[in-house]
Amino acid sequence: MAIKTEEMVLNMGPQHPSTHGVLRLELELEGEIIKNVKPHIGYLHRCFEKHAEAMTYPQVVPYTDRMDYVASMYNNFGYAVTVEKLLGIEVPERVEYIRVIMGELQRIASHMVALGTYGLDLGAFTPFLYLFIDREKILNLFEMTCGARLLYNYIWVGGVSHDLHPDFLRLTKEFIDYYRPHIAELNELLSYNKIFIERTANVGVMPLDTAINYGMTGPNLRASGLKFDLRKDEPYSIYDRFDFDVPVGEGKMGTVGDCWDRYFVRVLELEQSLKILEQAIEQIPEGDVQSAIPKRIKPPAGTVYGRVEAPRGELGYFIISDGSVNPFRMKVRAPSFVSLSIMGELCKGHLVSDVVAILGSIDIVLGEVDR
Amino acid sequence: MYELLYDIFGSEIIAMIIAACMPLFLFILPFALIAVLLERKVSAHMQDRLGPMRVGYHGILQTIADILKLIQKEDIVADTTDKKLFNMAPVLVFAGSYAVFAAIPFSGAFIGSAADVGIFFIIAVSSIVVAGILMAGWASNNKYSLLGAMRSAAQIISYEIPTALVVLSIVMLTGTLSLNTMSIQQTAYFWNWNLFGGAADGFVQLLLLPFTVVAFVIFYISSLAEVNRTPFDIPEAESELVAGYHTEYSGMKFAMFFLAEYANMFAVSAIAVAIFLGGYQSPLGYLGNTIGVEWLIPYEQLFWFTVKGVGLVLVQIWLRWTLPRLRVDQLMTVCWKYLIPYAFVNLIIIGLISLI
Amino acid sequence: MKQYLKNSFDGIWTILVGMKVTFKHLFKPAVTIQYPDVKLPMADRVRNRLYVNMDDCIGCDQCARACPVNCITIDTVKSLPTEDLGKTSNGKKKVLWVTKFDIDIAKCCYCQLCVFPCPTECIYMTDVYEFSEFEREDLNYKFATLTESEIVEKNANFEKMQAEKEAKKAAAAKAKAEELAKKKAEEEAKAKEEPKTDNADNKEQPDKE
Repeated sequence: MAIKTEEMVLNMGPQHPSTHGVLRLELELEGEIIKNVKPHIGYLHRCFEKHAEAMTYPQVVPYTDRMDYVASMYNNFGYAVTVEKLLGIEVPERVEYIRVIMGELQRIASHMVALGTYGLDLGAFTPFLYLFIDREKILNLFEMTCGARLLYNYIWVGGVSHDLHPDFLRLTKEFIDYYRPHIAELNELLSYNKIFIERTANVGVMPLDTAINYGMTGPNLRASGLKFDLRKDEPYSIYDRFDFDVPVGEGKMGTVGDCWDRYFVRVLELEQSLKILEQAIEQIPEGDVQSAIPKRIKPPAGTVYGRVEAPRGELGYFIISDGSVNPFRMKVRAPSFVSLSIMGELCKGHLVSDVVAILGSIDIVLGEVDR
Repeated sequence: MYELLYDIFGSEIIAMIIAACMPLFLFILPFALIAVLLERKVSAHMQDRLGPMRVGYHGILQTIADILKLIQKEDIVADTTDKKLFNMAPVLVFAGSYAVFAAIPFSGAFIGSAADVGIFFIIAVSSIVVAGILMAGWASNNKYSLLGAMRSAAQIISYEIPTALVVLSIVMLTGTLSLNTMSIQQTAYFWNWNLFGGAADGFVQLLLLPFTVVAFVIFYISSLAEVNRTPFDIPEAESELVAGYHTEYSGMKFAMFFLAEYANMFAVSAIAVAIFLGGYQSPLGYLGNTIGVEWLIPYEQLFWFTVKGVGLVLVQIWLRWTLPRLRVDQLMTVCWKYLIPYAFVNLIIIGLISLI
Repeated sequence: MKQYLKNSFDGIWTILVGMKVTFKHLFKPAVTIQYPDVKLPMADRVRNRLYVNMDDCIGCDQCARACPVNCITIDTVKSLPTEDLGKTSNGKKKVLWVTKFDIDIAKCCYCQLCVFPCPTECIYMTDVYEFSEFEREDLNYKFATLTESEIVEKNANFEKMQAEKEAKKAAAAKAKAEELAKKKAEEEAKAKEEPKTDNADNKEQPDKE
């Protein structure tokens, strides 16, 4: 006689230590093996897109901060680039350099959170705090420049809100020299740890065609082996002036596109961002940072799509303007939202512990998923 | 100890109860308090933090404050739990981990029970903990608790095999099951410890040395798994299962699980000390012997035992704050594919050598 | 078999390497501080609690309009031409009584957008960051310096002025209307007269004939 069995439905979240915010995953389990995963989102929905319709263009900037709150500077950056494209204005050289410096510092800070919380998901508490100690130094640099530590409202349409602090460049240089050896330390402590490798290698393998089909971008796509980086392939701002590599997943510890690759691509990107920073600090010219800020932003009627390579992937803003001071419609292509869609595909057949490993490796920020 | 108390009170029962409670109140509860503080302070300094600093000098009274808080807390029992089992589980877990201390020789003069089958008793009685954990997980009626309990049961039972194999090899070497006898055999200096081949003759000891070290490593790893410490803390993996089998517990019942965990930490360290690190014996000879004060020796022994035990606990803490945790199937792989074969080969080799 | 031994070795070795790293950190000085006793120095440009220097405020409402979350509410009343409100520190003449300048700091998102448009630089962000309250109402900061009675007075003044103006206007309008009416009447009268004369003429004409 067959014993009647049924699948256990486990609700992971919305209050759960490793869902990186308020995400609810509905897991259908057979024992500990995942049969199906359904992500339920929307717990952090704050109507960014609808709000933007009621705001003037400069007023939208603080709202963009609150999407990917781990990489606010880059959200500002993307928005500014898009609106400038709509307005057709050029920004001064110095502003471009400041933006790149801020953007890359933000990328490092954001990857630090990603790597640290990933270690935390897998039970390694200490690397998380080591990374946060270093992230603190970047936040201090930001605070020095614009007065805020998390939600900057720094990069405006046509310029930036403050010029750099007189000490900023010196301290950034010091930070670069200070931080380089710490990447090696992270590798010793976490990346090459056998237990960590066991947990992540060959887990949640994302073949390249699947990654492309699901619209993955950023480190997640690059880990699957495609060298695609908007900074290289469609340079915005002044990224075409810098010499840097685009790291891709090589399957060093397992298969190409597994969790370890996604993790390690981020580690390698830390190094590349430091490289860009060094060059930008060398080249930055003097100048006025606010000369190009329009007094009143009233773009012509029309549509625009601007995209930048945010730390989590392609961040795109689509704006319809009806010629008034408010955007008629704004749509954001949030990389985390797109990345989350692959969860069901990756998790099938894995264990409950792997859900945590996979979710951590695609590195989502719920503020951006729900917007 | 028991004889002394019997002389004082003149009643077997009272003497027995007091003798049984002594390690609990004198040693285990204070130790658990200290260990929690130690864990927090050590982890804090490893992570470049300060840890508790407010209660007392550098926060030394923090755990006492925490326990006071836990006692005051409301004892929440969810509606759908199996009340009897739910209430029984923490007691069982605590009793299980406490019972282990009965056979541990703290010093030459203080042994709860100098049973001849001490180590056998310990291995047997520590399995009660599994029952308690399963009970907690099942009675909580919570999916996370259940998953945690299932994992825990599988883990503890699996890891008893390498532990037993290693203990067996040492038992073969020493020819006794009594922890007290084992400690006495490892007397005098540290090269007589079982870790370094035991008190055998020069050549045999040299032959044994690598294998006893391997045995110690295997024992230490599997004991980590038995007390659910990182990297084997999957039953309570907080990033996956919230808090595993004690998710639903609060207040004093939670504190009992918590204390049991820390008592267990010391228990396995104490066993490792008794088996491998010379038990309560001093590594460098006794001060009492040198200056001719006989009564000092048991205190010195207690001191050495504590130092060695706490030292191993510190290593456990150190490991915990360094490593990520394994996955369930990998945990089993480590046990069945790595530790057990190694332990088995080790057992055979030690057996062969001890025939010489 | 080789892989098996390598795995065992790697496992132990990488754990030891990791332990070495954490051990090194054990002796590093802590980076955290004992917060309420020790405080970090704040950056110069730090953005915390908003403050309004009412001496300089001209009540232009630009900050309220710049705010993306509408946390600033400003009410103003025009002053009498006879009243002198003084000048701001950068030489702007004040002409409005600010009867209400509320900042609901609970709503504030610390974006600093209100600070930049201010023509007199009277609204700015300070480095005060500890201002929790037990009541949400207490987070609604009222900056207006006028007392209740003064507000009533200013409002009354303004209304009076307005009323006077109205009255003047009304008087003027009345005068104008009267004038108009007069003119109209005159015109009408003229118009009346004219046909009359015409008629008369007409009448006269046949008479003449």
